[in-house]
Amino acid sequence: MDAVRPGAADDVIATCGLTKRYRGGQLAVDGLDLTVPAGSVFGFLGPNGSGKTTTIRMLMGLIEPTSGTARVLGRPMPRAARTVLPQVGALIEGPALYGHLCGRDNLLRYDAADPTADPRTRRARVAGALDRVGLAAAADKRARAYSLGMKQRLGLAAALLRPRRLLVLDEPTNGLDPQGMREIRTLIRELAADGTTVFLSSHLLDEIEQVCTHAAVMARGRLLAQGAMTELAAGARDRLVVSTPDPADAARVLKEQGVADVTTDGGQVTGEPPAKDLAEVNAALVAAGVRVRGFTLRRASLEDAFMALTGEGSDVAG
Amino acid sequence: MSRADAGDAAAVHRPLWTLGLLRSELLTTLRRRRTLVLLGVLAAVPVLVGVAVKIQTRRGGSSGGGAGPAFLGEVTGNGLFLVFTALAATLPFFLPMAVGVVAGDALAGEAGAGTLRYLLVAPAGRTRLLLVKYATVAVFCLLSTLVVAASALLTGALLFPLGDLMTISGTGISFADGLLRALLIALVVAASLLGVASLGLFVSTLTDSGIAAMATTVGLVVTAQILDQFPQLDAVRPYLFSHYWMSFADLMRDPVYWHDLTRDLGLQALYAGVFGSAAWARFTTKDITA
Repeated sequence: MDAVRPGAADDVIATCGLTKRYRGGQLAVDGLDLTVPAGSVFGFLGPNGSGKTTTIRMLMGLIEPTSGTARVLGRPMPRAARTVLPQVGALIEGPALYGHLCGRDNLLRYDAADPTADPRTRRARVAGALDRVGLAAAADKRARAYSLGMKQRLGLAAALLRPRRLLVLDEPTNGLDPQGMREIRTLIRELAADGTTVFLSSHLLDEIEQVCTHAAVMARGRLLAQGAMTELAAGARDRLVVSTPDPADAARVLKEQGVADVTTDGGQVTGEPPAKDLAEVNAALVAAGVRVRGFTLRRASLEDAFMALTGEGSDVAG
Repeated sequence: MSRADAGDAAAVHRPLWTLGLLRSELLTTLRRRRTLVLLGVLAAVPVLVGVAVKIQTRRGGSSGGGAGPAFLGEVTGNGLFLVFTALAATLPFFLPMAVGVVAGDALAGEAGAGTLRYLLVAPAGRTRLLLVKYATVAVFCLLSTLVVAASALLTGALLFPLGDLMTISGTGISFADGLLRALLIALVVAASLLGVASLGLFVSTLTDSGIAAMATTVGLVVTAQILDQFPQLDAVRPYLFSHYWMSFADLMRDPVYWHDLTRDLGLQALYAGVFGSAAWARFTTKDITA
């Protein structure tokens, strides 16, 4: 939907024909042209097995693409991994921790693996990151004893050990309670306000809707759409929803009134509204003796856009 | 938190950083309960041998008799011989098993736990991470051997007299000289384990399961030991990493008989070269999907 601008200087991620075929012949990612503008909070959506994780792993230099190129922060991956990755914080497919080490020692170890991290500021930065994700009190507990939500927070802390230009967060609120989710969303907004680009994959559409400025939708290894949120949502039509105890009659009248794609689900009839005053449609229903309980226009959401694109339900991205 | 700051920081690669990573790796390995249990078992072997010999001699039995590990007969006369006996007793199985467990787990364990992907995006660098893992396993070879030697020396000193001793060749050497040779023997034994270490690290690059890599490596140790028993396999036996292991006893000859010792160290270098390269080739090109 957005004009693809390959190689634009301020794109934080730019892939061109990125393809991965696994050894078994399975095509995981197929000719992906993804563009993530600098400063955006970019939602990455797609059903399970759609190639999101493979894409993220290729961007992080963990998997070699079969063909195509990927540039992160303007430099080719995986070739420039040593200069690019210190500026990238990542949470990939959930956190991974050393169970026999405490939370603090886990972070000290990950920081020691970064060739550009200053060992003199290590302890202070680790303490700062623990504080930022609300784990300071549990810092000396073995990671084995952490709950899923605490592990997730520690994984986030590892991504925040240093100021980053790009954060890649794969399902960052997984395992968190609603309060924790809200904290993480606030954190993401803060980071974005500081100028960090956030690449966020999530199966929670409303989460993407709440924090993202841009989004891309993948299915079966291909990119279905990408662009600013406003443009994406504009692609989906509003729906007319009529609640009635006489669904059969209602559906007939609505069709006569020019309502397209009429579907009946129990006491609810929905369809695409016609290009005329909806008050007349309602009047026609009443005139035909249809008893109307509710008559509303449901605004298009990202979920509608998503379903229109993938033809699947909202559980698909899980 | 400005972008320029992050960019500047990323440009500086710290030269001593690899040492910091090695330190972190050593600490992480040595704090695993598994590692501590292995070292504990290794420390217990000399104590068991020493106590067994002590009990037997008290009953008036002769402790030699040709059976049992090398130098066993000499232990009652001089506690220092317990060091050689303990190393001879642990080298065929306990020591290589411990090294096989640590080497096999080195990369496969991290892959299985998922921590490998975070080390690589930190980014530790694949070649450097492999070198650090290799160095850590080598340090563990030395540490485990020294644990056996130290435990044996302590047990020997407590249970038996210490003093000047006799070499296998029948010449007398001072206690200090004997101590020096014991240290040298420990170093040779540690170096003899590098072949297993390289093999284990290579196996570790092949799988994402730490348990599978550990079991395979320990299995290879046992297999090599069994194959080395068959005279029919004479063509192959000199290339088994364990074939010259017992040559460390030649350091107790006067003059030292170097032939088998150099063969042993050369063979370990060969294994380190071949399987080290194979591990590098595999690990630097592998897709990290775990």
